[in-house]
Amino acid sequence: MESILQIRDFCKAYGDFVAVDGISFDVYRGEIFGLLGPNGAGKTSTLECLEGLRLPSRGSMRVAGLDPSKKAQRLRNVIGVQLQSSGMPEAITPVEAMKFFCAYHKVVPRFDLLERLALDEKRNVQFYQLSAGQQRRLLLTLAIAHQPQVLFLDEPTAGLDVASRVELHRLMHELKASGTTIVLATHDMAEAQEMSDRVGILLKGKLVTTGTPMEITAAGAGLTKISVSTQNSCLAEENLRLPAVRQQSVRDDYFIFYSHDIGLTVIAILEFIRLREDSLVDLRVERPSLEDRFLEITATGLTQ
Amino acid sequence: MIAFGNHFSFEFRSGIRSKQMLLMNYLFPLGFYLMMGFIMPAINPPFRQNLIPALVVFGILSATLLGLPDPLVNARETGIFRNFKINGVPAGSILAIPALTTMLHLVIVAAIITVTAPLLFGAPLPQNWGTYILIFLAMAFACAGYGVLIGVISPNSQTSVLWSQVIFVPSMLLGGLMIPNNLLPEAAGKLAQLLPATQAMNAFNGLAMGSLADFSPWGSVAILVISGILAFSLAAYLFSWDSRNTTRRGNPILALLVLLPSIIGVFVF
Repeated sequence: MESILQIRDFCKAYGDFVAVDGISFDVYRGEIFGLLGPNGAGKTSTLECLEGLRLPSRGSMRVAGLDPSKKAQRLRNVIGVQLQSSGMPEAITPVEAMKFFCAYHKVVPRFDLLERLALDEKRNVQFYQLSAGQQRRLLLTLAIAHQPQVLFLDEPTAGLDVASRVELHRLMHELKASGTTIVLATHDMAEAQEMSDRVGILLKGKLVTTGTPMEITAAGAGLTKISVSTQNSCLAEENLRLPAVRQQSVRDDYFIFYSHDIGLTVIAILEFIRLREDSLVDLRVERPSLEDRFLEITATGLTQ
Repeated sequence: MIAFGNHFSFEFRSGIRSKQMLLMNYLFPLGFYLMMGFIMPAINPPFRQNLIPALVVFGILSATLLGLPDPLVNARETGIFRNFKINGVPAGSILAIPALTTMLHLVIVAAIITVTAPLLFGAPLPQNWGTYILIFLAMAFACAGYGVLIGVISPNSQTSVLWSQVIFVPSMLLGGLMIPNNLLPEAAGKLAQLLPATQAMNAFNGLAMGSLADFSPWGSVAILVISGILAFSLAAYLFSWDSRNTTRRGNPILALLVLLPSIIGVFVF
């Protein structure tokens, strides 16, 4: 696989505070790479250095073969960035914005994208009059209008309604299919798991793990979540001990067990319900999600 | 060139679309012009002689010192410059285009004042149109430079208002708009020579309106042009894309160098 983003021993410090501490990783052409981490983990510093907005304190970066700190001008046509904050003049309309940015990128304005992202009816409405979701959709259309090789998305679905979110995900898949590499910084673990080919988790300025969502979840404690609801709530019994269960809790009408041996635990649960002459209402077995693994990593600060 | 044209076109329309800029570019100067035109000649008849240049200078001060800095500060602080940088908008365009569009708005305002003042208030027209236009452009250029420089060095809106008022208020009181420079106490007159408004009124009187200048009128034109060049150069040098992320080149105090031509002028002219 061809590496389009190469980060080697990258550090970013602000005075004595080290925001990012010697991270190295690659992002491959045409993949969606999720950059995850709690607030203050160093995601924004990493993205801003890759985008050429800040200079690294140490280490090297290459974006499509260009050093962002030295080839900032050439980088502009290679990358597209959807910033988290607005970053647009209040009085600009979607049509004007499209003409404005496409002219600076020396490409033909992509008015079709306004239609695609349901902004056609708002094409002559000033930016400050658009809803938060419409503003984010406009920022996205502007970020992809010049067909960048690498697209940086910072919390792209924040403030979007369900339909816009689905449309955005569809668009991301299309961009990926057309060879665009997407770096996705998000707090939404479900989105990261669904959309990303690989993810990297940053914690306190260090990259604690990278891999596919499947690899990362599999590398965790390996506990499977079993949620059970019964007619008479017999599982509420105090001092209930079930085989292979490490943790248990109650949420709404469900008794939740985290087991390292699904078969053993499920058989024991069913047997327990039968002996208590209760009846099963619902039983769900869920693999550990990326969110579970993320919480596990951030809670313990474990490294792979 | 297409990008520059698009940017210019959008910025020009913003000057009318944005209520704040519409106020500073048109409503405030033209409202003040009508008010002063009706009141001042009745109280102080000699004011009629200077009505056109004085109110054109007022319009320039309003649009540039009060209208230009705040949008630049807001654009930097809300991340618009960051977005511009990512999309390849050059710093030169960010500084030059608002100044140029403001100057274009000022041409419209100056034309309205110049055409209507003789009809409404019996104000005399300039005797030398060539120098009248030259001085107008020199003053607009210098003040646009001051406005852009204030926008670049101010960390927030409050500071930009403060710096603007440091020039605007003394210009109104001492700049020769209301009281001729030769009626001021000597020390105040010399202090007033630090203001672009004083230089512009002196040049208008001596070169365009057929009155007497208090000091070298061509010296005043030179000071305005050099101040403008210096102001834009300092603004380009001190420009920062983002107050949070980038280290500014040089100390903002360097902006005071813009006063150097006027200070030299006090001793030379």
